[in-house]
Amino acid sequence: MEIKMDLISEDKIISMTSIEKLRFVLDGVKAGKIVILEGGLTSEEQMKLIELTMTEVNEDFPGIEMSGYPSKKGFLNLRRKTRLTVVGPARVMRTIRRDRDLISALISAI
Amino acid sequence: MMGDEKKLRKRRKGFLSRLIRVLFFRKISAKIGIYGPPNAGKTTLANRIIHTFVDENIDIGISTEIPHETRRAVRHEGILIDLKAKSSPYRACGVVGRSPTVQNPYLNAIPNSPPSSTQRLQEAKAKLKIDIVDTPGLATKIDFHDFMAYGLDEAEAKKRAKEATEGVIEAIKWLDDIDGVVLLMDSTEDPYTQTNIVIIGNLEARGIPMVIAANKIDLVDASPQRIIDAFPQHPVIPISALKGDNMEDLYEEMARDFR
Repeated sequence: MEIKMDLISEDKIISMTSIEKLRFVLDGVKAGKIVILEGGLTSEEQMKLIELTMTEVNEDFPGIEMSGYPSKKGFLNLRRKTRLTVVGPARVMRTIRRDRDLISALISAI
Repeated sequence: MMGDEKKLRKRRKGFLSRLIRVLFFRKISAKIGIYGPPNAGKTTLANRIIHTFVDENIDIGISTEIPHETRRAVRHEGILIDLKAKSSPYRACGVVGRSPTVQNPYLNAIPNSPPSSTQRLQEAKAKLKIDIVDTPGLATKIDFHDFMAYGLDEAEAKKRAKEATEGVIEAIKWLDDIDGVVLLMDSTEDPYTQTNIVIIGNLEARGIPMVIAANKIDLVDASPQRIIDAFPQHPVIPISALKGDNMEDLYEEMARDFR
């Protein structure tokens, strides 16, 4: 079984509203893709993504696996700079190791 | 970019309204949420707090080894965390039928003589009135097959999975009404999970104070140091909610941070 991967540029992400981003990610993941976002999602967006995912969990879609580098504090510690977020279907992707600057994931097709 | 500016304004507004609330509309009782991943021991901790400060016979919920046992947020109101009760010359009105030597020192503490104004000030600093909110575990995936591994039949497992998803949403919604968070992590597990990072990021963004409790230190493979190393910017208190180890340190940290 092949697994498709979408790498989304920061320019494309910036042009979307929060809900458009979340819908785009979740639709991709539900279609079996692994979505990698350059620039990533904020913590608030990730929490909203968890919330949105929970409304769509069913027998065929148990949820998502998500990993990302923690955001960096920006100017005057007010603006946080997000870095990278990887989201995939929970059935396919499993994070096996991660720290501040490294994500190691296992992707297995069933 | 407009979205970023809007978010920044919203965050500043959130901080200002929180500051105004703290300065002028201080709540009598702070709502403290116990958050964390499934099976971290949230209900065990909530029960421990209630047993210590309210009644040894009241449970807020049931703890089992099955994840997502708590699928609805449960609130227990008006818990007085009184740290002076243990060390000051109090006499305890113990639970009926128990020997005075085994009485819980925190329960129903009454001073021997009326306290002076200095004593009252010190006591106020050592007291914290809270509502405890035991929340369902936060997760990014809920597979009904996982519940079947614990012996549940398929129909029951599917029902539980559905309720668990609703529980996660409820826990997230509760963040809008929470004044402080005890974030519970399992010391035997890797703390650097996306769920933990997302919770911490959200609490920081909302300006909600938090204490991280590294639970299950009674287990041989526990490593609270991993949690301390992973989140050095936040206070981490190693505890065993089940055995009651180091709980005083957690209560002191709560009294300091959630005032």
